Amino acid sequence: MNFQLSDEQAMLQNSVARYIKDQYNFDTRRKIISSQKGMSSELWTIFSELGWLSIPFSEDYGGYGGGNEDVAVIMEELGKGIVVEPFVPTVLLFGGLLSHCGNNIVAADLIPKIIEGSCQGAFAYLERQSRFEITDMKTKATPLEKGWSIDGSKSIVLNGSNATHIIVAARTSGGQHDSSGISLFMVDADSQGISILPYGMMDGHKAANIIFDGVNVSDDAILGSLDEGMSIVENIMPQVLIGLCAESVGIMSVLNDATIAYTKTRQQFGVPISSFQALQHRMVDNFMAAEQARSMVYRALCAFGDGSLEVENERMRSLHAMKIAVARSSKMIGEEAIQIHGGMGMTDELNIGHYVKRLMTINLMFGDGDYHQRKFNQISYCAA
Amino acid sequence: MDITFTKEDLAFRDEVRDFFATEYDSSVAGGLNLATISDGISYKEAIVTWQKKLYAKGWIAPSWPVEYGGAGWSITQKFIFETERGAAGIPAVIPFGLNMVAPVIYTFGNEEQKKRFLPRILSSDDWWCQGYSEPGAGSDLAALSTSADLVDGQYLVNGHKIWTSYAQYADWIFCLVRTSKETRKQQGISFLLIDMKTPGISVKPIVTIDGRHHLNEVMFEDVWVPLENLIGEQDKGWTYAKALLAHERTGMAEVADSKRAFSELKERAKHEVNGGRAMIDDPVFQMRMSDVETELMALEYTELRVLAAMAEGGTPGPESSLLKIKGTEITQSIQELQLQLAAYYGSGIPSDGQKDGYGHDFAEEARCGYLFGRAATIYGGSNEVQRNVIAKMVLGV
Repeated sequence: MNFQLSDEQAMLQNSVARYIKDQYNFDTRRKIISSQKGMSSELWTIFSELGWLSIPFSEDYGGYGGGNEDVAVIMEELGKGIVVEPFVPTVLLFGGLLSHCGNNIVAADLIPKIIEGSCQGAFAYLERQSRFEITDMKTKATPLEKGWSIDGSKSIVLNGSNATHIIVAARTSGGQHDSSGISLFMVDADSQGISILPYGMMDGHKAANIIFDGVNVSDDAILGSLDEGMSIVENIMPQVLIGLCAESVGIMSVLNDATIAYTKTRQQFGVPISSFQALQHRMVDNFMAAEQARSMVYRALCAFGDGSLEVENERMRSLHAMKIAVARSSKMIGEEAIQIHGGMGMTDELNIGHYVKRLMTINLMFGDGDYHQRKFNQISYCAA
Repeated sequence: MDITFTKEDLAFRDEVRDFFATEYDSSVAGGLNLATISDGISYKEAIVTWQKKLYAKGWIAPSWPVEYGGAGWSITQKFIFETERGAAGIPAVIPFGLNMVAPVIYTFGNEEQKKRFLPRILSSDDWWCQGYSEPGAGSDLAALSTSADLVDGQYLVNGHKIWTSYAQYADWIFCLVRTSKETRKQQGISFLLIDMKTPGISVKPIVTIDGRHHLNEVMFEDVWVPLENLIGEQDKGWTYAKALLAHERTGMAEVADSKRAFSELKERAKHEVNGGRAMIDDPVFQMRMSDVETELMALEYTELRVLAAMAEGGTPGPESSLLKIKGTEITQSIQELQLQLAAYYGSGIPSDGQKDGYGHDFAEEARCGYLFGRAATIYGGSNEVQRNVIAKMVLGV
């Protein structure tokens, strides 16, 4: 039994932590967000040089060959700096789909470009009506004599306005609500028929709504098997969810530390407000909530680790439970951080609210806490 | 990061499973269930019988140092043992002797005391109880006033202990007593072992809200205690007791027992119906169940993290308070759901000899479990005191 980082992981953690601390302060981040691209290409190149963009990719493609744990390590540290650069959309989502699609030619072409920082990716899956059931999909790909024509509109495509390449999910068979019949297509972002409406999210990240109006692609553009796109998505979900939850764990630790430090300096009634038991007990509850969330990330890491004894059902239970626990803890810790900071917690000037908004956004990605709790209930409780 | 089992671990798990399956007599299970015990000697007999089997196997005190009778298990083995025990529905050992006074004796006691007391604790020949709380000293334990005055080379003890679990069965009591009033209140306290048969000791039952007799008051009127029953140095007892508290709290996560209780809850929810639908299919009840189960799944790993850190060579730190708080809250949440399942039927108190009138054979257990279960967040340092400990020792406020 072991919950310690390996030497390599500890080195990775230190390197990311040091860089974020020295080079990614709150003012830097603010300037990046207000820029037109909403990300720093210069920093992205440095992330590449530091090797961070290679972490989850196979050595076959020039990657570091890391696993879920390495992803969790880097994401926790990125969370501490609420880094807005598109690590999740380009490396975990777009790159993850490439790694898992089984199409070696496309993967061998694009993954090295992701690693060297020259390829920005996006995954267009969500539609206005889908909410959390992402198979609720109207976008269609219609077969042509040669290739396909894609029509539909996608919402909240992370990194959509900066992406050079977009993987778009579209129906190739079945009705709007069918869970199967969805295929993934690789599309150049500058293809004819694509229009992109960019906007910023409340967490400072960039997204876009994208309309596909008769976008023609070749047969080679299909990733994996026809109609089987969702199985690729399901395969990358453990790593994506673990990464996002690890990012939340990093954010929660920053919020708790900042709140405790603030109560020690903030004087009211002639004493630091940290001396009030009403606040002390709430900060203890926040501490426990953060530890419970961290434990759940560890649980999911063990469940999806090498040689795990967990059966499939238990793996999925751990994954859903992690998202539930992180949603529960981060809602509480975020709200409490604002409350205990008082009026200052309400200001845009202070970093607290920005950390909270990232937590809120992560909670809504790939299913909120209630969504995952329903899924958890379905596979856990049944009279039969 | 992993919790994978080696081949040896898996073999150990099979051995534990086999032992429990063959040696644990399910006919005594009812007698061992704290929620449904009836006041009487049968409970003690059932416990001692089972604990002697563990003793014969060498598994009664796995966490003790090997030289005193511990099993020398790895963290993984302890985890396996606990998990299997919980899964088999076997209660944990009674902690007062094995987990509470014994670590004080083997850490701070002299050779004579170790030889005299540890073997009889291991064999369950002595039943111990804990004399800490007093009417005027609950959360503020150091305010205790039971006095031990040195008179002619012996201690003369006078005072009043309260909330003493199972003192009615006890052969010995370990007490915190005041031996000096001059100094800071924590400094004049000593750790004293007292034979319950000593003249001047009387035990008075306290019936709790579940209608049962778990707790007692223990009165000391001119009780003579030999000097050799003092642990360590006079006036240093607070230090010894504090070292013990962290051990006590680590055991309070009760993850294995909560997992067992939760699986029983799930099973019952399949059979209890409302409007023709099983409660386990009720979406609201499902949410309540998963609220608890996910907290429990997290706590299991929080406990493993603490245990793994201890194995790396630490004693349990203040974070063990977290295990106590979360563990008892989860235990209570499961008891609440059990009672919710028993519904109105859980309010009926069956007369003697009647299981219960409604065919809900868990209603009695659910009601008593819930009511006596309220004690979990009060004993062992109330959860509010635990929060004070974390605030001070971990958060530094």
